[in-house]
Amino acid sequence: MRNKPMVFLDSAASSQKPDAVVKAMDYYYQQQHANVHRGVYQLSQEATDAYEKARHLVQGFINAPSEKEVLFVRGTTEGINLVASSYGRKFLEEGDEVIISAMEHHSNIVPWQLICEQTGAKLRVIPVTDEGELIMEEYEQMLNERTKIVAVVHVSNTLGTINPVERIIELAHAKDIPVLLDGAQAIPHLKIDVQALDVDFYTFSGHKMFGPTGIGILYGKEKWLNAMPPYQGGGEMIETVSFEKTTFNELPHKFEAGTPDIAGAVGLGAAVEYMEKIGHETIQKHEHELLVYGTEAMSKIPGIRIIGTAEEKASVISFLLDGAHPYDVGTILDQMGIAVRTGHHCTQPLMDRYGIPGTVRASFAVYNTKEDIDRLVEGVKRAAKMLG
Amino acid sequence: MSINEIQEEIIDEFSFFGDWMEKYEYIIDLGKSLPQIDEEYKDEDHIIKGCQSRVWLHAEPKGDQIEFTADSDAIITKGLIALLVRVLSDQKAAEIAEADLYFIDKIGLKEHLSPTRSNGLVSMVKQMKLYGLAIQAKNAN
Repeated sequence: MRNKPMVFLDSAASSQKPDAVVKAMDYYYQQQHANVHRGVYQLSQEATDAYEKARHLVQGFINAPSEKEVLFVRGTTEGINLVASSYGRKFLEEGDEVIISAMEHHSNIVPWQLICEQTGAKLRVIPVTDEGELIMEEYEQMLNERTKIVAVVHVSNTLGTINPVERIIELAHAKDIPVLLDGAQAIPHLKIDVQALDVDFYTFSGHKMFGPTGIGILYGKEKWLNAMPPYQGGGEMIETVSFEKTTFNELPHKFEAGTPDIAGAVGLGAAVEYMEKIGHETIQKHEHELLVYGTEAMSKIPGIRIIGTAEEKASVISFLLDGAHPYDVGTILDQMGIAVRTGHHCTQPLMDRYGIPGTVRASFAVYNTKEDIDRLVEGVKRAAKMLG
Repeated sequence: MSINEIQEEIIDEFSFFGDWMEKYEYIIDLGKSLPQIDEEYKDEDHIIKGCQSRVWLHAEPKGDQIEFTADSDAIITKGLIALLVRVLSDQKAAEIAEADLYFIDKIGLKEHLSPTRSNGLVSMVKQMKLYGLAIQAKNAN
């Protein structure tokens, strides 16, 4: 980039794609493509097998009890919208409450606001500390008989905070309240076991875990998915259709209307295999090293303020330079071939909480190195000098 | 000077910079020296919303000319604003409306005026031209 070797530190927005993912999708389109599920001919069967194999791989990856509970969606945003809409229409009534947190991405705020407007339910918000941790006592107090669902982020995209989701779920379940976790930022870093978590809904995007864009997963417990009405109508999701009445297909197809992103699913399956081949232990160890190394080096830069200093953190460093707008810092870094994200990261309420317009965010993935961080530190120092 | 004469002047100034650092240091300096906009105009009526940096623009008609004052919370954006103000302020409304701002491309800052950049500058240029049109129409009546 800009005639300099590029340093890509924006994997939290979208990760780069390994060869294996690109090749799997290429092979699918070259050799296997036909529409899935309905064809009587061999090629359609092969496409269906490739598509369903991806579902099977994801099932194993998150340890879901059944493939029926693994729904293909477009991404985390659609996963949350699906639950907000379908669960909300069925279970939310006037005066009911939905709990989210102050560190949610707009994708886990707006869908709930929309369904609250339609049903007359209220949104309650768990506050965060200055360090960027959820105030669990406040959450505990918030749970009551009117609470119908808790929807919180597993790992904050802006702060990197890894939330105590086990405890969040335990407290909600003690009052028979289901929990949805936004796993968009957790899935590239942490081993997710939906059974160990006992989580009711878990959703994430393929493109943040080395897979393609346009494909993601919503895991939902069968009992909820069966109780919920379909999200969209169309092909594949039906059993029989007449103008008087339509009966719906079984899970997971009930929630997969229309021709799905078959190639995307195949790519996601390849991404799962890629991550499993490297292994979560290796990924976490490497990323933790980068986080510790980066945090230490960045902290030494005069005038820097790191936003989000939770004890449990994923490999994200959000920061501000004294007196400099994040946009200016990002622009200077870009000139040096360093790709970071600047702005409010779709978490405007969180920016308001800290009274800042946005941050500069560097996020690290398994393919980043300490040299990348050295370049970042050098770039930030340069930016500080130019903007100071 | 006409709009195009000023554009040529800026292109000439920028041709002396050896690397991106010199260029950006100059833009930052321009940002720092941009005359302050009246605080009363830094309100919701004058804001141009970019996703990342905020821009305020005020247009003051003076006969058939318009005087622009503007500000931003980001210094690089502010420096670019200083250039746009230098080119378009105190020019005839009709000429502002018609202006072809080719200097941006020539000095290698086109990316900052890309619609996807979300810094408010594209909307600012659009707004300046709209003022040009509006005041031209008003004066014609």
